[in-house]
Amino acid sequence: MTKAHIQASRTPAEIVEMPASVRVVPISQGRKPMVEISKLYKSYGPIEVLKGCDLVVERGEVVVICGPSGSGKSTLIKCVNGLERFDRGALVVDGVRVGERASDMTSLRARIGMVSQHFELYPHLTVLQNICLAQVHVLKRSKVEAQAKARALLARVGLPDKEGAYPAQLSGGQQQRVAIARALAMDPVAMLFDEPTSALDPEMIGEVLAVMLELARDGMTMIVVTHEMGFARKAADRVVFMDKGAIVETAPTQQFFDEPRAERAKLFLSRILSQ
Amino acid sequence: MNYSWNWSILIQPPYLGWLASGLELTLVISISAWILALIAGTLVGVVGTLPHRIPRMLAATYVGMFRNIPLLLQLFLWFFVVPELLPSGWGFWLKRDLPFPELWTSMLALGLFTSARVAVQVGSGITAVSSGQRMAAVASGMSPAQAYRLVLLPQAFRIVLPPLTSDFLTVFKNSALALTIGVFELTAQTRQIESFTFQGFEAFTAATIVYLVIALLVTFFMRTLERRVALPDTMGAAS
Amino acid sequence: MTGLDFGVIQRALPFLLEGLALSFFLTAVAMLGGVILGLGLAVIRLSRWKALSILAAGYVNGFRAIPLVLVIFWFYFLVPLALGRSVSALQSVVIAFVLFEAAYYSEIFRAGLQSIRPGQWQAAYACGLGYFQTLRLVVLPQALRNMLPLMITQAVVLFQDTSLVYVISLRDFMTSASIVANRDNRLIETYLVAALVYFVICSIGAASASRLSARWRPA
Ligand SMILES: Nc1ncnc2c1ncn2[C@@H]1O[C@H](COP(=O)(O)OP(=O)(O)OP(=O)(O)O)[C@@H](O)[C@H]1O
Ligand SMILES: [Mg+2]
Repeated sequence: MTKAHIQASRTPAEIVEMPASVRVVPISQGRKPMVEISKLYKSYGPIEVLKGCDLVVERGEVVVICGPSGSGKSTLIKCVNGLERFDRGALVVDGVRVGERASDMTSLRARIGMVSQHFELYPHLTVLQNICLAQVHVLKRSKVEAQAKARALLARVGLPDKEGAYPAQLSGGQQQRVAIARALAMDPVAMLFDEPTSALDPEMIGEVLAVMLELARDGMTMIVVTHEMGFARKAADRVVFMDKGAIVETAPTQQFFDEPRAERAKLFLSRILSQ
Repeated sequence: MNYSWNWSILIQPPYLGWLASGLELTLVISISAWILALIAGTLVGVVGTLPHRIPRMLAATYVGMFRNIPLLLQLFLWFFVVPELLPSGWGFWLKRDLPFPELWTSMLALGLFTSARVAVQVGSGITAVSSGQRMAAVASGMSPAQAYRLVLLPQAFRIVLPPLTSDFLTVFKNSALALTIGVFELTAQTRQIESFTFQGFEAFTAATIVYLVIALLVTFFMRTLERRVALPDTMGAAS
Repeated sequence: MTGLDFGVIQRALPFLLEGLALSFFLTAVAMLGGVILGLGLAVIRLSRWKALSILAAGYVNGFRAIPLVLVIFWFYFLVPLALGRSVSALQSVVIAFVLFEAAYYSEIFRAGLQSIRPGQWQAAYACGLGYFQTLRLVVLPQALRNMLPLMITQAVVLFQDTSLVYVISLRDFMTSASIVANRDNRLIETYLVAALVYFVICSIGAASASRLSARWRPA
């Protein structure tokens, strides 16, 4: 049974209420994992930011990474699509060895979507142009095709009437949803999110998380750095806890919340949940 | 002060013709030098923001060379020295066969001199665009060239448009230096009218007014351009 | 083309150094006069006296719109006429440079003064200081920090601009170099050495300006 079957047999409201443990992750047998991180080290000068991280993310899996500020979450996630270099270790993403000269990073990046804290929409382009830019210039799609795709995605993220607006004319939540649509337009095999809601006003967080939740339910492979534990409970298959450059705990979501093993994870959880 | 005024001198032949041809040369030199400066300056400005050290040093050297030698001397170097240092065939062609060598030299010298200033502006404009924008572009699979062309430069140009206005104005003013290698542009022509007629007041006034009008037109043109490319802000109604 | 002979520079050294001294002298005088006059213009421009402020703006924008070469010609022609007697080229050039530089320095002052928050003015007024006291004791000392790098940059530009006295044959470094170049028919050597001299002097000026602005960048 796959996730598609579940969805077909339930109403959308039921899906939203459904706990993550009920979900069946369509891990395709025999296929290589989407992301394999092994023994990853990185330093900025004398400061060691990643101290031998190991993490495997299967296809279709949703992994939430949390941890205190400065623990290396952004650095780790940026290594995955080669925006940051690492010093030692191995990193294979969708069959591509990241960090090796011969690897075609450009085409890998086109297949991996990324959404960051500050949206980073292109301010000189309209919403529609934002979503079409890489489709046309990287994937070489025709303008018509790109626009059709863009409009469909705008409808999907709930902004069908904003295609002519400039980013500065949108609220933060709307901008972030456009940023998600822009990443999805590239038909990514996986999505990376780096604190997608941390720059948003509280009343806008929900609308962005709802889009991400739906994406997770559709079977997208996702690595999400976030402190939204409600989202983690609903969407994540596993939660990863990082501290001081190391992955301290990796556990299935339910287990992570019910019985975290690492002391630092317990402390972190109690702090963040009491807020 | 005793001085016999004669404003009509300005509209008498051949002096009116002199002024007109002077203005024409001033415009031709300035505008072609500006185009050269924009192209070369943008290239050097981009090179100066690349993530590697060697291209950045090359760009800094380029800017330093053209900024720290007086334009007049640069003009002389291009006119008198460079043809001598080239392989003899080229030098010969430059000195003997190229028509209007002084005109080409002034365009080249003024264009490259100005390109160093444009490079500094464009470079600081690119730096002013947040690093997240470059990252977003690269993350979507764009090549560095695409990131510059589609994302960074369009934003950088909007940022540097106001300061570029003053560089554009400076080109017109600096074009007067072409008179030192024998180009009869506007200032040279008025100087010539003065020495022919002793009506310096009228001649220099004419030149002053023409330069003022050029300044007003350039400023107006740049302001219009700024407004054309300005992005709507949050205050404008969302469409 | 026979081989290069840099001995020509050595033989003409005293003559060239005299020229260089004049270049420095012109730069110093024009800067001093330009700074004083420019400060006055900036203060007038930012003052409440509407008519005067418009006049000052006209002066500044007028001078900034026309080529320095034309200004030099203007004063070379105008000063003797106005005084009714012949004057040296140096005198007319000094007047031209001071008036010309004042326009540029006034813009530096204006930006510097405007960079000080209005709260500083109000605080000083609240202590009972007058307009000029506030300017001298409170605002200018702060503004100077922002302005000093720009003033040095402008001095470098000015030093290069003094080469334009070539057009009225005043013997600064540039003119002296061109005299040597043509007299001894050694254009390549002389102009290359002249370029090197300007380059070194101006690079030092530019470097000190950028060091200052880096040191004083607001934290
Ligand atoms: N460009 C850089 N140069 C030097 N140090 C850096 C750089 N980027 C990050 N660091 C350091 O690396 C460490 C990890 O940073 P990173 O951004 O990955 O943390 P994070 O877990 O994402 O934190 P946050 O929750 O604040 O986003 C921090 O100590 C940070 O100061
Ligand atoms: Mg981070």
